[in-house]
Parts: sequence; C-alpha cells; structure tokens
Amino acid sequence: MSLPLLSLVTFVPLLGALAILVLPSANAARWIALVTTVVVFALSLLVWAQFDSHNSGFQLVEKLDWLGGGISYHMGVDGISMLFVVLTAGLMPLCIAASWESIQTRVAEYMIAFLVMEAMMIGVFCALDLVLFYVLFEGGLIPMFLIIGIWGGKRRVYASFKFFLYTFVGSVLMLLAIMSMYWYSGTTDIAVLLNGVHFPVAMQTWLWLAFFASFAVKMPMWPVHTWLPDAHVEAPTAGSVILAGIMLKMGGYGFLRFSLPMFPSASEMFAPLVFTLSIVAIIYTSLVALAQEDMKKLIAYSSVAHMGFVTMGIFSVTHQGVEGGIFQMLSHGVVSGALFLCVGVVYDRLHTREIAAYGGLVNRMPVYAACFMVFTLANVGLPGTSGFIGEFLTMLGAYLHNSWIAIFAATGVILSAAYALFLYRRVIFGALVKPSLQTIQDLSAREIAILAPLAVITILLGVYPKPVLDVTTPAVAKLIGDNKTALLFDHAKRVAAVQKETSK
Amino acid sequence: MYAAIVFFPLLGAAIAGLFGRVIGRRPSELVTTALLFASAALSVLAFNDVAIQGHKYIIPILPWIHSGDFAADWTVRIDTITAVMLVVVTGVSSLVHLYSIGYMHEDPHRPRFFAYLSLFTFAMLMLVTANNFLQLFFGWEGVGLASYLLIGFWYTKPSANAAAMKAFIVNRVGDFGFILGIFGIWAVFHTLDFDAVFAAAPALAGKQFIFAGHSMDILTTICLLLFVGAMGKSAQLGLHTWLPDAMEGPTPVSALIHAATMVTAGVFLVCRCSPLFEHAPAAREFVTIVGATTAFFAASVGLFQNDIKRVIAYSTCSQLGYMFAAAGVSAYGAAMFHLFTHAFFKALLFLSAGAVIHSMHHEQDMRKMGGLWKAIPFTWAMMLIGNLALTGVGIPVLHVGLAGFYSKDSIIDAAYEAHSGVATYAFVMTLLAAAMTSFYSWRQFLMTFHGRYRGQDHQHLSHSGSHTHDEPIDGAHDDQGHGHDADDHGHHAPALSEIHESPKVMLVPLALLALGAVFAGMLFNAEFIGHESRVFWNGTLGAIAGFGLEPQVEDFPAWVEVAPFVLTVIGFLIAFYYYILHPAVPKRLADRKGMLYLFLFNKWYFDELYNFLFVRPALWIGRFLWKRGDGTIIDGLGPDGVSARVLDVARGAARLQTGYVYHYALAMLLGVVALATWFMISGGVL
Repeated sequence: MSLPLLSLVTFVPLLGALAILVLPSANAARWIALVTTVVVFALSLLVWAQFDSHNSGFQLVEKLDWLGGGISYHMGVDGISMLFVVLTAGLMPLCIAASWESIQTRVAEYMIAFLVMEAMMIGVFCALDLVLFYVLFEGGLIPMFLIIGIWGGKRRVYASFKFFLYTFVGSVLMLLAIMSMYWYSGTTDIAVLLNGVHFPVAMQTWLWLAFFASFAVKMPMWPVHTWLPDAHVEAPTAGSVILAGIMLKMGGYGFLRFSLPMFPSASEMFAPLVFTLSIVAIIYTSLVALAQEDMKKLIAYSSVAHMGFVTMGIFSVTHQGVEGGIFQMLSHGVVSGALFLCVGVVYDRLHTREIAAYGGLVNRMPVYAACFMVFTLANVGLPGTSGFIGEFLTMLGAYLHNSWIAIFAATGVILSAAYALFLYRRVIFGALVKPSLQTIQDLSAREIAILAPLAVITILLGVYPKPVLDVTTPAVAKLIGDNKTALLFDHAKRVAAVQKETSK
Repeated sequence: MYAAIVFFPLLGAAIAGLFGRVIGRRPSELVTTALLFASAALSVLAFNDVAIQGHKYIIPILPWIHSGDFAADWTVRIDTITAVMLVVVTGVSSLVHLYSIGYMHEDPHRPRFFAYLSLFTFAMLMLVTANNFLQLFFGWEGVGLASYLLIGFWYTKPSANAAAMKAFIVNRVGDFGFILGIFGIWAVFHTLDFDAVFAAAPALAGKQFIFAGHSMDILTTICLLLFVGAMGKSAQLGLHTWLPDAMEGPTPVSALIHAATMVTAGVFLVCRCSPLFEHAPAAREFVTIVGATTAFFAASVGLFQNDIKRVIAYSTCSQLGYMFAAAGVSAYGAAMFHLFTHAFFKALLFLSAGAVIHSMHHEQDMRKMGGLWKAIPFTWAMMLIGNLALTGVGIPVLHVGLAGFYSKDSIIDAAYEAHSGVATYAFVMTLLAAAMTSFYSWRQFLMTFHGRYRGQDHQHLSHSGSHTHDEPIDGAHDDQGHGHDADDHGHHAPALSEIHESPKVMLVPLALLALGAVFAGMLFNAEFIGHESRVFWNGTLGAIAGFGLEPQVEDFPAWVEVAPFVLTVIGFLIAFYYYILHPAVPKRLADRKGMLYLFLFNKWYFDELYNFLFVRPALWIGRFLWKRGDGTIIDGLGPDGVSARVLDVARGAARLQTGYVYHYALAMLLGVVALATWFMISGGVL
C-alpha cells in the first residue's frame, strides 16, 4: 500500500478549494466543488474496498514526523471510523448539488468553505494523533460559523454566536485535558494511548469530564443542546445537512475513540449520568419536538432524541449497544440529512419553514411526498429502514445493562411516531387550499437525483445491514474487550493500593 | 417455491407503486390482483402439503441483523399454524383485490391503492412466515404502516388523516410492550428463533429474573409484554380506540385489514407463542380477562351505532375478544378456528356493507337506509349469510350449522369447561356478548334492508344535526357517525329506484366468501378442534410436551349447549320487535338520552378520557418544556444569560439579581438529574 489514500481523501478537497480561488466565477466554483467532492467520494469508496474487515486494528496507516516531541502526522482508520469517512464524503456531493440554485451570493466563498470543512471533517475521523485531532476538530467549526453567519437566515448572528459559546467552553476544557495527557504519558499518539497507557483512576475522572464537556455539546446531549435548533434554523440547507449528518457524529465518535477505551473506570463511573441525560434527551426533546411550529426545529429536536439513543448504547458497553450506536449515527447521518434536504426543497419554493404555511402538498408533489414518507418512517424507526437497526440494537444493549433504561427509552418509540407523523400530516396530507401552494412544483430532476440515492440507502441498510455491521463488528469486539481488560487492570491497581495501605 | 407466496405481493406492490403512473391504472390492478391469486393458489398447495400431509418448511432468505452473538435472519417458515394463516391472508386478500377493481373504479389513485393493498399483504405474510421474533416484529410494523397508509388513503379528508395517525400511534403503544418482550426473550434465551425459544421454555417455568428492578416470573413477564403488543394490534380493551376510527379508510381495506387479517395478528402471536403461554398461567388469566371483557364491551357499544361500518367494526373488536378468551383458557385450536371462520364471514359482512354503500352512493348512515332488500336482493342474501354465520346459527342437537356456530360455540364451551374463576367470568361474558351480537347484527340488518326506505325522508336536515320528531329510528345525532366512505361534498342519498346491485366483479368475491362462511365450520371442525386436531396442528400449538389441546368433550350439560342458541334467538327477537314492529320506540329511547344510552353511544368515553389524560398533556408539556425549559432556564442561564451578564457588567450596572430566578431553576433541574443518578447508583438499579 504505497498510495497515501487517507491523506488523499483528506486533502483533495483543499485542492478543489485552491482551484476555486483561481477560477472564482459562480458557475466554475459550483462545478469544481461538485467534481472534487465526487472524486473524494470515489476515493472514500476505494478506502472501503481496501479495508480489511477482519482486522480490528488501524489500517491504511500513514505516519510522518510533524511537530517533534512525539507529536506526529499520524493517520489511519479502523472499523469504527472508516464508515464515517465514507458518510462524510458521500453526503458532500449532495450538499453541493442542493446548494446549486439556492445559493446565489458569494458562491465561490461558499464552495470553498464547504471544501475546507470537508477536509477537516474527514481528517477528524482519520487522525491518530491527539493534536492533529484537536486542530481538525476545532478547525472544522470555523467554516461552519461562516456558513451560518454569512449565508444563514435572519437571526444568523445570534445562532452562530450561541453555537460558538457552547463549543468554546467544551473545547478549552478538552485542550487542557489533552495537554495533561501529554504531560503524563509523553505522547499524543492515539494508537499508543489506546494500547499501553493507563491513566490513574483519579486522573481519568477529570480527563473524562473534560472530554465529556466537548463531546456532550457536539452530540448534543441534554441540557447543552439548545444551540442546535437555532443553528439548524438559521443555517442554509446544506449547512444543516452537514451539521446533523456529520458534525453531531464527532461527539459520538469521540466517546468511542477516547472516553470508553482511555478512561474506562471513569466511563463506568459516569455511565449512570450518561444514561440519565440520554433518557431525558429522548423523552424531553421528543415532547418538545411535538410542539414545534418550524419544520427544521422539529427535525433538530428529533436529532437530539436520536442522539440520546447513541449515547445510551455506547455507555451500555455491550456489543449490541456500541455497534447499534455506530449504526444509529451512520443511519441518522443519512436520514436526518435527507430530512433537512426535504425541508430545503419546499423552503426553496416558498421561503418559509413554518409548518402552518403548508398542507396538502401531496396533491401537487406526489414524488416529494413519497420521498418524505420514506425518511419520516426511518426517523420513526420502522423495521425495514435503517433507523430501526440502530434503535433496536442500542435499546437491546441498554436492556442488557439495565431494563429500566430500555423501558424509558422505548417510550421514545411512541413519541417519535407522534411527532414525525404529526409533521407529515400537517405538511403533506389534507386538501391543498392555501393560495401560495397552488402552483408549487414537484421535485426537479436534480432534486430527485439528490434524494433518491438516500432513500435507496435507507431501505437497503434497513433490510441488509450486513455490509456495515461486517465492518464495525471486529473493531467493536476489540473495543469491548479492551475496555473490560482495562477495567480489570484498574481494579487490580486499586486492590493493590488498598493492600499496600493495610500492610503498612 | 413457497417463498413466492410472500414475494409475489411485494413484486405487485413495487410494480404498481413505482410504475403505476407509467403502465396505467388498469394494468396496475390486473398485475397486483393476478400476483395475489397466484400467491393464493400456492398457499392452498402449501396448506395441503403442510397442514394435511404434515410437512414443515424453513426456507432461509437472507441474513439480517448480526451483532456480536445476536442474530436474526429473514426466513420463510411454514408449519400448520402458518399454513392456516397463509390461506386466510392470501384468500381474503385476493378476493379483496378483485372486489376493489369494482369498488374503486372511480378513484384516480387506483395504482397507489393496489400498491398499498399488496404491500399490506406482503407485510402480513412476512409476519405469519417469520421464524423469529424480529421478523415477526418487522411484519407487525409493516402491516401497521400499510394500515396507516390505507386508512389515510383519501388524504384530503381530515378525519381520515386523524384516524390513520391514531391507528399508528395507538399501535405503537402496544409495540412498546412487544419490543420490551423481545429484549426480555433475548436476554433470557440468547436467541430469537421460535424453535429454540420454545424448546427452552419448559425449563424456565416458574423461574425468576430481574425486570425493572424487581424479581419477576420470567415467562409471565415476557408473555404479558408480548400480549400488550397483541392488545394494540388486535384492538383489545384499552388499546381498541383506533379500530372504529379506522373505518375512515375505503371499505375493502376495512374488510381485509381491519376484520379478516391484520387485527387477528395479535391472536396469531399468542397462539404462535402458546408454548410460552402454557407455562405462564398468570399471563393467560390476564389474556382471558381482557379478551372476555373486550368481547362484552365492544358488543355493548355496537348496540347503538348508526354507521353501518362502525357496527361491524365493534363486532370485529368483540369477536377478537372471543379469540383471546379462548387462547387464555388454553383452547388455542378454538382461537385459531374462530380466527379462520371469522375471516370469511367478517370479510363477507364488510364487503357486503361496502356493496350497500356503493349502491347507496357512499351513504353509510343506516338511518337513511331501510327496505333495500327489493333493490339489491343479492347483497341482501350475502349479508344474511354473513349474519347467520356471525351469530352462529345452527342446530345444537345435530351439530350442524354455519361457520360461527362451530367456532364461537367451541369458545364458549371451552370457557365453561376450564372451570376456573377467570374462565367462568369468560363464560358469562361471552354468553352475554353472544346475545348482544345477535341484537346488533339483526338491528343492522333490519335497519338496512327492511322496514321503510328512509333515504329521501329528511335530507334537508341530514347534515345539520337536528332531527324531526317522526323519525322512526334512533335519532340521536352524532358527530362520529358521519364518516362517509368517500369525499363527502354534500351528496344525497339516492331515490330507492336509483339503487342498483353492484357490478359482478364485486359480487363474485361475495359469493366465494359466502361459501366459506357457510362451509368453513363444517369442513374443518374436525381438524381444528376435533379428533384430528392433534395430527393437524402437529405440535405447533400448546406446550411442546403435554400438548395442551384436547378434542372437544361432548358431554356438556344440555343448558350449556343450548344457551348460546337461546340467547341468539332472544337477541334477534328484541331487534325484530324494536326495528320492525315498533320502530318509534328506539327513537324515543335515543331522544331521552338516558345515562346508559349515552355511555354506550359514546363508546364508554374512552376517546375523551385518553384525550384528557394523554394527548392534550403531551402537547402542553412539550410546549412548556420548549418555552420554559429550553428557553427560560437553559438559554436564560446559559448563552443568553452569560451574554446578558457580560453586557450588564460592561454597563457597570451589576443587576445580578435579575438572573436569580433562572439560576434557582437551573440549580433545581441539575439537582433533579443528580438525585436521579445518585438514586440509580445507590439503589443498585444501575
């Protein structure tokens, strides 16, 4: 393996951005961005093809000395991160296509922001060095601030400010934690930290909390979720797709990459807190979603509820829970992205996201209604769609941990049906009476080309999830195994300490 | 080859759904209907092969979810209980497809309608051919989806949309129990495959496990959770409220989904899991109580409904209660037998009602019918057969009768025979329900077909809600009763001379179902509940060891055998007295609006109660959490509060106390979370 495939996937978008700087006309920018993202998607599929799904370790590894002092440019993917690279690369061309007509001002800058963001996000999932990870993790936020702040809606400044404030607090704490990890272990290499560094239990507690502050905001978990609805409402359609589809997943990815394997005792200790917050998220935000009057806000709140299943599954530390959490994140990336695209379709036509402004769209937009139905059902977690598998496995994992958690989480099954179908009924069904809707057009060929692949994937993964589960299974098994071993190690150390104490 | 039974309907649904607009309406109808008939033909072969010849097939299709040691695959399993369901589902479905060609001929969205019908059939077949609980759940949710789509088929009607949503959400309440039951099964058995679970069940009888923090009997808990799912799907008391509203859908849908097949899925589930239920006597008692109470409750509500479809809907609800009562006293064969015969006569009743509605130009209010037998004699005859079968008419001494005579009486007998307190309750309830069944059935029949035609009487006020004093039949004006079958833009009931028989494509399915309603009981009673039942069921019902199903004992006291017959006759006589001889009396009773009348007419006020308890609070709490929780507290203290404080400080006006209330509220919220967490840790829950 001589071709640095992961570096290519990560940095080809930057080449595209450079090309747009050279040819900044609106149309050239669109085409360059589209071609670049399609190439990146093809490269990501190549990564998948090269990936050995029986291997539970890091693959396609690249390592170069970078800043010195043990800080290196270290890239690699395993069964947990690889599919997120594919998801990111896969959603990107759709985002560019969705912005084709709706973005008319500063097109070149917009496309550059998206391409830079793509590079950062893919890099986050490939990075095997803490410093590299941190730089990309935080750097990815900057293009998103700009996208919301420049191309956003009326309250865009408020939304991006709020987004900044939340993530800022978390980031500072995470940076401190990374620094102390470096001082303790003398390395920032994630692969090394995963295999052979054991942080003392007391230290784990503080490191866990610092990382949690950052990841909980990203997920987002209740009660630090309130930036999400505002950010979604103000962001342009493609911004919402990336926000819901990829950015939220970085939090869950962080829990899997750092919290669970590096701070096992702290994870075990704080698991009840995570379960409580997850359950509150599922029930609370589902009820809030029921009361929404804005389509995007409703979907944003439902995202918070769905991420509650993810955190619940991950911290159950069972094979089904963790694997379900990963699957739920991938599925939600597709489904929520598609739902935001669906909202974008009607927003482009009517320039309002108010649910009350619609009604009876099926009369003039049957194809749109059908697509929207598929994604609504996946959002509800109907078996046969991708949404079911993650929800089922995370709840099963939670049940194995403690049946109470599953009982509470299962109420989300009822509530999600209520808010999703209530939305669908108000927007799609009914008689088409509003004058503004009388001439509304069904999906254009471009829009069908965007939504159809997502609909196919949603159903395909729901019926035949094997391609995804095959990739994740070995890595999850290793994660669970390592976690158990590390817990035993911590436990033995504690016992030894106690014995030392008593023998004195 | 038998896998095609399941996938032909899917193919039809895909063709009509995806390409319906390309290939046109008529080809869509023909393709889906033809594929369904092919599927039905194969089902008959499978029935012969499996149920009669005694074979069993387990055909793997595709792997599904594999995660760690968890595994569930797509499989087609055909054993006797599945074979029975295959015949019922494909038989009724193919006839309903055929009937719909006539019934829906004016509708521009026929390809979509037929795609949904076929999609439903596919999901139902996946449900009955499942070899594990997860595929069963897939079918379970799939039929729920199809039901949702078909109830809301006329999407411009707000009432249809509301009913569709209600059906889906109420069913999800049941699914809540079902999915927890599945988790429990996996946690205990480490497999979801039927054979493995059932084989391991006897060893677990009486053992305990920790569920929801308490030590509970394993099989009882699991069976009760599964039964909650069954209650939702089969519209049992408490979760029944969606079924009457589901009548907003087109009538063929009511016949197929909300009478013959989908609603029986709960009964199927209990019978399929009978090896578990056999070892969970407490769960079975609960099943019996719910079933018997539902049988009584639904029949009582059916007494005074004025919408022809709603009467049959409550009747369905009530008959499903019979089936559960039977399953609860371990008479699984009787439950399946009633499921089988009920499918024929209830589909017949619904499709006949549909023919009446079709002839009446989409009028469903029985107060505007009467005397129709002269205009539509064939439909009259079909409805008569359906009613005779439903009320279980037969000659007790000779043991000869229509379908319901065998299956319903066998349930009442089984309840008598079980001799426990709960079973006696079921015996009394089902007997009383039999009398009421007879009354509402014949009331409906007489109001529709006999007496004076009232279609032209009072059109000027039919929609205004008032009523004249000489109106002969129940005159209470109800809001619910006006759910008309199609777009109700001010149509009027036609003159009697304008009412004609429906087209042949609708009448032929009626005739075929009528054959089933007459002969299904006679032909199959030996296999389902008689001396051949042990060989017929071939180990699929009851406990694996000690087959809990015994051939019917013949030596009941005479009164037990005659009682259903007598009560049925009494029900008929009362209906005849009030609706033929003295048609002014019911009207006076309705006008007086006595407590009991209102209680029954308003369906025991379940909808009002649920609205008050669940629907409105959910919306209110959602709004409150959004505005106060997210807005005032979290944002007020978080980003907005911080920025406001920064500004305050900058202005030099340190009005710190303005944030006091918010701080206090947030502290409380965080406190609750901390307390809950602490409680879970210290209580050993986590």
